[in-house]
Amino acid sequence: MSLAELICPAGTPAALRTAVDAGADAVYCGFQDATNARNFPGLNFTPEELEEAVAYAHARGAKVLLALNTYPPAGKVDLWRQAADSGARFGVDAFIVADMGVADYIARNHPGVRLHLSVQAAASSPEAIRYYAQHFGVKRVVLPRILTIPEIRKIRQEIPCEIETFIFGNHGLMVEGRCSLTNYLTGQSTNMDGVCSPASEVEYIRDEATGTMSSCLGGFTIDRFGPEEKAGYPTICKGRYTAPHRPEGYYAFEEPVSLNLSRLLPDLIGAGVHAFKIEGRQRSKAYVRSVVSAFRRAVDDIRAGRAANIEDLVALTEGQKQTQGAFETKKWR
Amino acid sequence: MAVTDMTKLTLGPIAYHWSGEERRDFYARIADEAPVDEVYLGEVICSKRAPFHEADLPDTIERLERAGKTVIVSSLAEVMLARERKATADLAEMDSPEIELNNAAGLFARGKRPHRVGPFLNAYNEATIAWMAGQGATHVTLPAELPRAAIAVAAGAARDLGLGVELQVFGRAPLAVSARCYHARAHGRTKDNCQFVCEQDPDGMPLATRDDHPILRVNGIQTQSESYVDLLPEAGEISAMGVTHLRLMPQAVDMVEVAWAFRDVLDGACTVADADARLRALCGATGLSNGFYFGTAGYRRIEAAAPA
Repeated sequence: MSLAELICPAGTPAALRTAVDAGADAVYCGFQDATNARNFPGLNFTPEELEEAVAYAHARGAKVLLALNTYPPAGKVDLWRQAADSGARFGVDAFIVADMGVADYIARNHPGVRLHLSVQAAASSPEAIRYYAQHFGVKRVVLPRILTIPEIRKIRQEIPCEIETFIFGNHGLMVEGRCSLTNYLTGQSTNMDGVCSPASEVEYIRDEATGTMSSCLGGFTIDRFGPEEKAGYPTICKGRYTAPHRPEGYYAFEEPVSLNLSRLLPDLIGAGVHAFKIEGRQRSKAYVRSVVSAFRRAVDDIRAGRAANIEDLVALTEGQKQTQGAFETKKWR
Repeated sequence: MAVTDMTKLTLGPIAYHWSGEERRDFYARIADEAPVDEVYLGEVICSKRAPFHEADLPDTIERLERAGKTVIVSSLAEVMLARERKATADLAEMDSPEIELNNAAGLFARGKRPHRVGPFLNAYNEATIAWMAGQGATHVTLPAELPRAAIAVAAGAARDLGLGVELQVFGRAPLAVSARCYHARAHGRTKDNCQFVCEQDPDGMPLATRDDHPILRVNGIQTQSESYVDLLPEAGEISAMGVTHLRLMPQAVDMVEVAWAFRDVLDGACTVADADARLRALCGATGLSNGFYFGTAGYRRIEAAAPA
């Protein structure tokens, strides 16, 4: 049976301590700049904070994974190199990378630190994963959220490294690392700046006459809600649009659902997944505490051969629609 | 007499599910009439479409090569299923014509044998381009969202390494790919039982906001911009930065005339204003954009300052 490590989000030093105390095997975090894919205001770590965080985690037996998982635009590569140098100096346990230039730099300059391949690298076949393992010594791949469990099991048998999968949290629809929807509408790039549907571009506009609420990004109406509906955040791939034969407006990509693979945990462990990732570096301490604790209990129960109380985990997304996404069936595609 | 510029014009792979007949007619006309130097063929978006066109590929290659065009065959952007893995591995074994790889699975299969790096492989910077050159890349197409300052640095690095460097200057921007087929979804189907509904939309399926602003186009698993990228006014500057190849993406407009507008501007055979007016007329109501180039929202159109 795989180790089934629990990899937990740490958007702030406080969240990191919370996740470690709640039983995270590892936390992942980033610096306060474009070098990571959650470059949101108020999130992430200064170098000093990261150094302290590593000490805190290591003293409690938890690992720290540093996300350097964006794509440096030409002329700005040094920022990513410096981030890698700082991380290595502070003793992080692994770098999570996507860009080949960044991976190559770390493999050559910090060969003692593990490399994990970010979901942003979009490696969805054994061959792609083996490319990164062969050239950069990648020890673990974070799989894109587009594969079924039987497909994951087959990949596991054909690659020389560990597999990490997302199990809980936001559920992006596009292949990560290949999406410039946000840049098209706002001028801020997911790949280069680490932002997705940024709050600075969000507006909610109420039409007093009809009572409808428009949820807008960069001036575009991503969705419109009736008086009885709760207005959602304008994430481009979760919006409602019209098409010539869909004049009523429909979720062209996906409904605003979040991923919850609680019920599939035993199957994922059986498929050889080494580590489970919980999304949510932008979430509160309270959220991190409840989600990490619940998954800690569930994973420990499953590994001890006990029945996990899955209902606790399912309840975590109460009030929000849930999906098992691509993991459950090919029909999702 | 105009001076002929060395910058090459290329025609990117057809992103849509055009029929065999449409493709044959299209490439015959490109071969005979279009001032493009290089043509990319092959299915990049959906592996289910490939069987419709594979049989025609040798004839199309021959037709284009006889017309003096360099032909390159492009690989799938997304490689996940057995048939996609096999298609990619098979393509990586080709010695001739040249190949363009759009997925790391292709890089794995190709090893250090020469290849081009396609726009889906994320060559954003000089470090990555240097890495790719060391692995056999001879040519790299930059991501469509790269801004001007980064293009200049990337193009300079590629030139120093002896690589060709390419940028899309016309056509809908590739914005995203997914495992899910949004064409099938729009028609209440899934990817496995899509019945090739995407063939109804030769220029993509339009999505508009609920207050009726056209915003995106769906092309199977791909999402594209509503606007056509148009870097014609910037073509001279882009070429001067060291970009050696300018890519025109096939849209449902007169691509021969589109190519001539770019060729004439590069060669100084007409003014930018005249060529731009021709291009606007060819594109009808479709918006033209250059926002990515100027580091702003991609859909925007930034008017160039008048030449001094």
